[in-house]
Amino acid sequence: MATPIFAVLAALAAAALFAAASAVGNGYVFFAGYVVLQYVVLATGWNILGGYMGYVNFGTAGFFALGAYCTVALGKLAPLPVPVFMLAGGLVSGIVGLLMGYLTLRLRGAFFAIATLAMAVVLQTLIVNWDFVGGASGAYVMRPAHAPILGTDYVRYLCVLMLGLAVLAVTLARAIERSRIGYGFAAIRDDEVSAEAAGVPTLRLKLFGATLSGALMGMAGAPFPYYVTYLDPASAFGLGYAINGVAMPLVGGTAAWPGPLIGAILLGTLQQLATVTISSALNLLIVGLVLVGFVVAAPNGILGLFRRRPAAHDASRRRFLRLRI
Amino acid sequence: MDISLGLLGNAIVSGLLLGGFYAAVSVGVSISFGMLDIVNIAHPVFIVLGSYGAWLLGVWLGLDPILAGLVLTPLFYLLGAAIYQVYHVSFERRGDQAMRGIAFFFGILFITEVLLILAFGVDYRSAQAIYVGPSLHLGGIELPLRLLVPCVVGLAMIGALQLFLSRTFLGRAILAVAQDPLALRLMAADPIRIKRIAFACSIATASLAGAFLIVIQPVEPSVGREYIGRVFAICVLGGLGSFAGTVIAAMLIGVMESLTATFYGPSWSPAVAFGFLLLALAWRPAGLLGR
Repeated sequence: MATPIFAVLAALAAAALFAAASAVGNGYVFFAGYVVLQYVVLATGWNILGGYMGYVNFGTAGFFALGAYCTVALGKLAPLPVPVFMLAGGLVSGIVGLLMGYLTLRLRGAFFAIATLAMAVVLQTLIVNWDFVGGASGAYVMRPAHAPILGTDYVRYLCVLMLGLAVLAVTLARAIERSRIGYGFAAIRDDEVSAEAAGVPTLRLKLFGATLSGALMGMAGAPFPYYVTYLDPASAFGLGYAINGVAMPLVGGTAAWPGPLIGAILLGTLQQLATVTISSALNLLIVGLVLVGFVVAAPNGILGLFRRRPAAHDASRRRFLRLRI
Repeated sequence: MDISLGLLGNAIVSGLLLGGFYAAVSVGVSISFGMLDIVNIAHPVFIVLGSYGAWLLGVWLGLDPILAGLVLTPLFYLLGAAIYQVYHVSFERRGDQAMRGIAFFFGILFITEVLLILAFGVDYRSAQAIYVGPSLHLGGIELPLRLLVPCVVGLAMIGALQLFLSRTFLGRAILAVAQDPLALRLMAADPIRIKRIAFACSIATASLAGAFLIVIQPVEPSVGREYIGRVFAICVLGGLGSFAGTVIAAMLIGVMESLTATFYGPSWSPAVAFGFLLLALAWRPAGLLGR
């Protein structure tokens, strides 16, 4: 299926979803739906670097918060419409992703993972000490009384924006997966040295992946201050984003675009239900248990459970590895 | 000028003492990450677990925290052996440790942290011991015993580990498995067993390090997070698996953090270790001493 057709179908599906949610007539559906959609974007963005290329990024919270704080900072200067903030947040996070990639992507995978963790803390320290955006005590963001489209409810408007971003992210991920770039990514994931030797421009591809991945996460964070109306570093950099960003794609399956989508919808909905019915502390426990359970018992995620091919591929690779050892 | 010189001296000394403690915290990662290539990012949460263990024994039996940490090391050793077994069966044998192995430890980190929150709440806990309050005074320089004791015991622990590694058969086997598991197999030693022992030792150090932590500062379940970057920064800077390098790097970071906290305010000090780590990774991934 060509990408434009897929984009149209995805947009139609999103519109149908929105119509169905409107038909329920309960505002909470949008309130919870926004969070799940935000995770769809985060998981899809993470998967571009983590799943397609095998570089684990623990800094999801950093990129997300960067987008959110970009909105806070710009919003103090000029009250622009939210889509503009999303572009700005995406731009800033993309640039940071590029810089971080330039510093660390020449390293082995594990070092990169640790560096991303470090980057999130450095960013958090910078924000805590930056009084213009509220510092450690946080900042209030005034939400306009009326949404520019769709009449009254502002959360519903944010939900539409996030739905659009989710469609964009998934379409982009799918397009990359089927392009030359995607094959280059997969080559890097399977064996970086061979890929380099075979003429794959590994550094350029990795920088592209890091930029795009960071930009998507930043865009997901940009509308967040308007959603919560009060933003402080502890909530924006919450480790929940970091673990969800990793857990959702791994649970869904990292090899293809439906993986993060399924993982985000499943885990996101589960967490929303758990928050309402049990407690929010238990949330992270559930995510942690599901993550450990899946990486131990179902290494290829939910997608892997339905596909025969990856298992056979694994077996042959194992045989190959044993030969090498 | 005189006051700021005294301030500078005090900051450097307390940084060095802090560094001794950081070295004790990092030595476990130095073993698991530096020698065994196991990216155990959950190590700091085991340290917090050790703190709670020391605290519990203190409340129940009135045991000294550091003694309690020592008493608990066998339990942590068993925990480490069990975790390595799961890790080996699920990831190393599949040749899949890079991505899913890290995610596995990331999940463990969260599970342990939330379990600690559910069991003990998010209140800060602190330990009681005679050396928590007073300080020694040498000239104008203050040596708080609360920092001095963990520093000295921690360095002793590292020294003992170094002796174990260089003098005993098992220790040398651990050093060998870090270099070449295949050669070890040819010598009829089982690399899996050696690695299990080494990883269990690395977790066992977390028990003592946790006791030091609760002596130095009050502990709550998520306090381990800020140590993740610190311990990995120290390990990478120290040249992965070299104990001497680990101690030097730990002292360096301790002094840098202490100076930052004294002259710029404590809110900047977390950025020091992480900033150092990013720079170290970018320009000198082999560490200060190299491998």
